[in-house]
Amino acid sequence: MLAKRIIPCLDVKDGQTVKGTNFVNLRLAGDPVELGRAYSEQGADELVFLDITASHEGRKTFTNIVERIATELSIPFTVGGGINALADVERLLTAGADKVSINSAALRRPELIDEVTAHYGSQVCVVAIDARQEADGTWRCYLSGGRTPTGRDLFEWAHEAQERGAGEILFTSMNHDGVKAGFANEALRRLADTLSVPVIASGGAGRKEDFRDVFATGHADAALAASVFHFGEIRIPELKQYLRDEHINVRL
Amino acid sequence: MEVAVIDYGAGNVFSVIHALRRLGVNPVLTDNPERIGRADKVVFPGQGEASHAMERLRQRGLDGVIRRLRQPMLGICIGQQLLCRHSEEGDTEGLGVFDVTVRKFRPERQGDKVPHMGWNTLTATHSPLMQGIEEGDFVYFVHSFYVPTCPWTVAETRYIVPFSAALQRDNFYATQFHPEKSGSVGERILRNFLDIKPGAEDYGQMPETV
Repeated sequence: MLAKRIIPCLDVKDGQTVKGTNFVNLRLAGDPVELGRAYSEQGADELVFLDITASHEGRKTFTNIVERIATELSIPFTVGGGINALADVERLLTAGADKVSINSAALRRPELIDEVTAHYGSQVCVVAIDARQEADGTWRCYLSGGRTPTGRDLFEWAHEAQERGAGEILFTSMNHDGVKAGFANEALRRLADTLSVPVIASGGAGRKEDFRDVFATGHADAALAASVFHFGEIRIPELKQYLRDEHINVRL
Repeated sequence: MEVAVIDYGAGNVFSVIHALRRLGVNPVLTDNPERIGRADKVVFPGQGEASHAMERLRQRGLDGVIRRLRQPMLGICIGQQLLCRHSEEGDTEGLGVFDVTVRKFRPERQGDKVPHMGWNTLTATHSPLMQGIEEGDFVYFVHSFYVPTCPWTVAETRYIVPFSAALQRDNFYATQFHPEKSGSVGERILRNFLDIKPGAEDYGQMPETV
C-alpha cells in the first residue's frame, strides 16, 4: 500500500540551515547536507530544501548544495525558493534535484507551470500555495511568503495548477503556520478529495496527533513540517511508529 | 568492472550515476553502441514520455543494441516500460524483450491519485536482483503507466491494481521503482545487480514459455 509521506523542510540561507541547531546530537546541523542525511537515516520519506537567500551569490551557493545533496543522499528531494523562470528550474534539476517547488512565480505567470511540465514532465513540478482563510471564510492565495494578497481563490488556483500540469500541490495555511495547533484539515480535505494529484500539507504541526489528523481527516498524501523536527520536539521514528499504531500506513 | 549508463537524453540520469558511485563503481555515461556492447553491466534509466524516449533511442541506433545485449542489464522506470512490447503511452512500440503491454493507471475510487508517487511495498520477490529483499520492504515510485503482472514479474506492488515492480528475463532486469532513490533497500538492489555474474540468470525463476 502506498505510504503517507513525512517530509522535513529545511530553510537554507547562504549555504547554512536556518533553525535546526537543537537537532539531536548533530555537530554539523548547520550544514544542509548533514542535516538532510540525519533526517534520511531517521526515516524521512523526502526532503524539501528552500533557498531563502536573496543574493545572487547565495543562489550559487545553494546550487552547489543541491549538487552535494544529490551526490550523497539516496531519497528524493525537492528544492524551492526564488524560482522565477525556466532557467532556474533547469539549473536546479541539472544540479540533481528530483523536483522543484514553484510558488509566487506561478501565481504571477501561470504559464510557467506549462513550460516546466512540457520540458521536464509533471513529476518534477510541485506548485506551492500559501493561502489564508479570510474573515468571510474564503481561502485566498498570497504572494512572496504571505506578504502580498492576490485575491485568487485557493481551490480554483489549485485546480488550474493541476490542469496546467502540476504533479503535486503543496498547500501552506497561513492561519495555521507557526501556531502548532494542527493542520488546516477542512481545506486540505476539500483539496485532496477534488484534486487528482497528491496534496502535501504544510503549516500547523505541533504534536504527533496533528499528523494522524492531517492524514485521517485532512486526507493529505504527505505532511511537511520544519520546527517540530528541527528542535527535536517530534522525532521521526517515534512519529512513524505512532502513526502505524493509529493505522496510518507509513514506511517503517 | 565497467558499468555503462545509456545516455539518450531522457531525463535525469545523474541520480543513478551518483547512486552507483556511492556503491564504489564509476559508471560511464555513453550513447556509443560499441562502448555499451562491451560493458560488463548496462543500466538503462529514463524519465518522461514513452514515444519520445523510444524515438531518441532509435535516432541513436540504440534500440537494436539494447535488444542484443548479453550481459546483465537493468532498465529503470521508463527503461522498464520501453523493454516491453508496447505502451499505451503514445501508442508506442517498445523493444519487445518482455511480451507485455504497458497500461495507464485508471483511478477507480476517490483518493486514487495518478501519478503513483511515493513509497510502496514489494511482495512476491524472487530473482537474484531481489536477494535479501523482504516482503513489505518499501521502494520509491513515480509513474503514471505500469507493467501488468506477467510471467517475468519478479516483484509485485499494488496500486489500484497489482503490477510489476520488477521484471527479469534472462540477462534483462528491470524495475519500475527508482532504486537510486529508495534509500538502503534501493542500495541493496543496485548492489545485487552489480554482483550478478553473467550466467546467474539460471537462478531466476524462468517461465517455460521463454
